[in-house]
Amino acid sequence: MNLLRRSVIILMLSLIWPLALSAQSEKVPTASELIAAMDANLTAKTSIVTSRMVVHGRRASRTITSKSWVEGAEKAFTEYLAPPREAGTKMLKLEDQLWTYSPQTDRIIQISGHMLRQSLMGSDLSYQDMMEDQSLEDVYDGVVEGSELLNGRDSWVMTLTAKKEGLAYHRRKAWIDKEWLLPMREELFAKSGKLLKSSYAEEVMQVEGRWYPKVWVFKDELKRNSKGTEWIIDEIAFNQPIPEAQFAKAALRK
Amino acid sequence: MLLLKLALKNLLGAGTRTWLNVAVTSFSFVLIVFMSGFYQGFLEYAQQVTLETEVAGGAYWHPAYDPDDPFTLDDAHGIPPGPVSEQLAAGKAMPILLTQGSIYPEGRMMPVMVKGIPPNQNIVTLPTEVLGEYTGSAIPVLIGAGMAHSAQLEEGDVFTVRWRDAHGTYDANEAEIVSIMRVENPGVDMGQLWLPLGKLQDMLEMPGEATYVVAASGAELLADIGEWQPKPVMFFMQEYLDVIEMKSSNAKILYAVLLAMAAMGIFNSQVLSIFRRRKEIGTLMALGMIRSRVVALFTAEGGMHSILAFILGAIWGGPLLFFVATKGIPLPYDPTEFGVIMAPRLIGVYGIGMILGTTLLVAVIVTVVSYIPARKIAKLKPTEALTGRSN
Repeated sequence: MNLLRRSVIILMLSLIWPLALSAQSEKVPTASELIAAMDANLTAKTSIVTSRMVVHGRRASRTITSKSWVEGAEKAFTEYLAPPREAGTKMLKLEDQLWTYSPQTDRIIQISGHMLRQSLMGSDLSYQDMMEDQSLEDVYDGVVEGSELLNGRDSWVMTLTAKKEGLAYHRRKAWIDKEWLLPMREELFAKSGKLLKSSYAEEVMQVEGRWYPKVWVFKDELKRNSKGTEWIIDEIAFNQPIPEAQFAKAALRK
Repeated sequence: MLLLKLALKNLLGAGTRTWLNVAVTSFSFVLIVFMSGFYQGFLEYAQQVTLETEVAGGAYWHPAYDPDDPFTLDDAHGIPPGPVSEQLAAGKAMPILLTQGSIYPEGRMMPVMVKGIPPNQNIVTLPTEVLGEYTGSAIPVLIGAGMAHSAQLEEGDVFTVRWRDAHGTYDANEAEIVSIMRVENPGVDMGQLWLPLGKLQDMLEMPGEATYVVAASGAELLADIGEWQPKPVMFFMQEYLDVIEMKSSNAKILYAVLLAMAAMGIFNSQVLSIFRRRKEIGTLMALGMIRSRVVALFTAEGGMHSILAFILGAIWGGPLLFFVATKGIPLPYDPTEFGVIMAPRLIGVYGIGMILGTTLLVAVIVTVVSYIPARKIAKLKPTEALTGRSN
């Protein structure tokens, strides 16, 4: 009996030992390192993006096409191209301020206060979600909790907890693909711990030597039966020169 | 007196023509009184309900609070100033805290106004004591029947409510409907959740804070309270006065049409009467009646339509108006869905001043339209009138 028990233990150790060795050899990155690695993929000095947003309603879906010019995390200009009802609508974000222009009314409106919490074009995203431009590292305490398989791919699991007041989401949890160094899934939590929103990358692509999400799905988790909102990148170009006039309020009416 | 007797005799002698004119005039008269009474009833009911359920003895607003501008809500909260706090401690006022939020009944998102109220208050007639009796783990919520209908919520339903605290951070939790109140004031019903004040202050991290304070009926509304703004009862009632004024202006068009109908009938019969009774006019003048008295006779005949119309209106309209004033007319729909305060039964309020004023108005108009054709008599020559000719 003792011999049998000893044999089982030796067998188990022989199976676990190589795994333990490989785990020991894999260095767990710090949250700062992971955030920096993700930023290297996701951010650029400038980017010009043509994308589609597919908003799934209860009865039908709408596809909204837009082109955006982005400089850093603080300047962004978006023009909606389709459908005809939204075509010509423009949006300008400069630091913490957001303006929209509607060709139907020919008026520029600043979105602020409670309006920032409203849905962007009927999607599961709010204007506030669009406005987030602070570095995660500056406002959250990050902890890499380990690794998990997500859709069969090895990912780091990182939890971020707010270290200052006034952030929209108190806690975030992200699954970062170890190879692509992209956040493949993110969950946003309320102070009470309730899951409010989630997002995940459904498809990734390689552009100019970096990995980037091709299809990104956002979902308001409090809406039951919500199919979420898909954001599909059709074209993206990094570090192209963008004239300063593109980020002027006058560009909204052009 | 002889003139009036003669006028009445002539008028009654005209038979059907007179009674048709009197019927039309009485219809106009009763309808005008009915509608004016309805507006007055609406106003008095709206004021009474607003006072009982919302306004009580007036309010003190946080300096940043503007109910017409939701942008102000994020900043419109604070600890009430000293003198108001003394009224709060004495139970002569109650604090209300407001924030915007979203609810997810059956997973559908609905924007709502979340209001915190002391459960043990007795300043307004909302049944808030049920909030204090709740012993469950969810957030206890009281809603109105209109809100329950639009959100398809029932007592005992549990749903998620999401809000942002004083610092702007999202928070969410489960809430339970502890009671659905039947309240005629949409201002405390539609799109609103009522929570225990202490619970909402904890949720928002705003301890001791309020957006506005409601003073009890009869409590003195303090004027010198620093930056907070005292709002007297009349401030809240002005809204209803404006609505009534607007509605009354629209109703005046209808009144004008009704009166024009009655006036045209009387005018027409006066013209016809003067044409057909030329020989009678000539005879009266030949017998020595001066022209002005003949004009007065015909004017009195026309004017008496209004007296007969008043009597006829009192006969058929009196019981009708009495019924409307006491029992009311039931509405075929739920008035809370319209966003205005309306009683489930339309009750008319008919003041003596309003009835006398309407009577006088009808009498003056009828007399004027009777006088205009009668002026023609002044130009008649007695000799020509006697032969039945007119110039």
